[in-house]
Amino acid sequence: MKAATKSLKYRAHELSDIGVQLKILSTTESENMSIPAFKDKLVDIGLFPLTVTGIDIFQVNVGKMCNQVCKHCHVDAGPDRKEIMTKETMQQCLDALKGTDISTVDLTGGAPEMNPHFRWFVEELSKLGKKIIVRCNLTIILANPKYNDLPEFFKKHKIEVASSLPYFAARRTDAQRGEGVFEKSIKALQMLNAVGYGIEGSGLKLDLVYNPTGSFLPASQSSLEAEFKRKLSEGFDVQFNNLFAITNIPVSRFLEYLIVSDQYEAYMEKLVNAFNPVAAEGVMCRNTISIGWDGYLYDCDFNQMLELKVAGKTPKHISEFDVSALNNREIIVNQHCYGCTAGAGSSCGGEVV
Amino acid sequence: MSKTYYDPADLSKFGEISEYQPELAKKFFSYYGDVFKEGALTEREKALIALAVSHAIQCPYCIDAYTTGSLEKGADEEQMMEAIHVAAAIKGGATLVHGVQMMNKAKEVSM
Repeated sequence: MKAATKSLKYRAHELSDIGVQLKILSTTESENMSIPAFKDKLVDIGLFPLTVTGIDIFQVNVGKMCNQVCKHCHVDAGPDRKEIMTKETMQQCLDALKGTDISTVDLTGGAPEMNPHFRWFVEELSKLGKKIIVRCNLTIILANPKYNDLPEFFKKHKIEVASSLPYFAARRTDAQRGEGVFEKSIKALQMLNAVGYGIEGSGLKLDLVYNPTGSFLPASQSSLEAEFKRKLSEGFDVQFNNLFAITNIPVSRFLEYLIVSDQYEAYMEKLVNAFNPVAAEGVMCRNTISIGWDGYLYDCDFNQMLELKVAGKTPKHISEFDVSALNNREIIVNQHCYGCTAGAGSSCGGEVV
Repeated sequence: MSKTYYDPADLSKFGEISEYQPELAKKFFSYYGDVFKEGALTEREKALIALAVSHAIQCPYCIDAYTTGSLEKGADEEQMMEAIHVAAAIKGGATLVHGVQMMNKAKEVSM
């Protein structure tokens, strides 16, 4: 399958209709597949309904705009996506955070730095004293001279940088993230290292996010981290702190890849066979609230992309944020949730077991 | 009777060999599982060895399983192909080193 250069939405692909994605994901029986409903798996282990353990991570998706068009992107992000969070909605996020004991704000996208209010938002978040994570795709730092100072900006606000790098070589990285992405990512990592990110004793955290470049599950996080550290240090003099191993979730463009390559059923079976009850207990939606670019609230970034807003009578928009009501909600689950419970589990912070 | 000797779908039925001999199958799969656990060698190194051996013994099931297995353990195409070259070198070398036996015999029976 050739690398996509446009989003599903731009291509008017049938999967840009969320109803079509949900229909595919809701199918448990077909000619080539018979898999149990995820909900039933949770019933079997006494975990249904899945409830919240307490919101500690406030994950804000500031928009679908991105300089890359990764083949596996669950956001269907790209340069052709214009949906980004307004300053008014960001202010509502800040208002919602005040007076809560939520410790961490996790900024994601698209490329969050492309939102014109990104720096203002970070400065205001910084004043609240929250831990801030930015999911930086690395190449954005080199995409335009106006982004070249991002490492210094991140440093100023003691932001934790989490960056995707699916492999320590060009072939697999570029196959997933686009031609030339590996080389630019390495340059960006060297720029982050140059201001202290990922360097021992600097206090500036640079974490890498690994996800498989195909229809297979990730290796153990610790073994991948050791291999990445050795290869990136020896080959490119790049240092980083931790590596998070993430499983690809069958949503949006990764779902497209699975269907086009005729691997959807086999991948779902692989996820189901690797279902781990311990991972299910630790899924990230239990301590996370996800905020969409338009201010609506979701259990996680994947439910956000499937437009599955928080359930029940809980207020569904950031303007009505009610942390105690959200702490008492039931989490919406569907077949894509098998992605977070396979093997050692998967979250934005990597393995959960 | 199937029309071909190898069917990819049979790979996932491997466990069914226990149907005809449960005790030995149980011992085998337990041993098999332990062999591939992280030990003095990493799981990735073991997957790459398995991939190389799969080619040497030319087992289509094993090649499928350990191509995916190697990728899942974090190996890439370059490492995987190098592993297969190791198998090829040993197989080629094993053929050629017997050339010495041929030479010995030839000398033995010749004037």
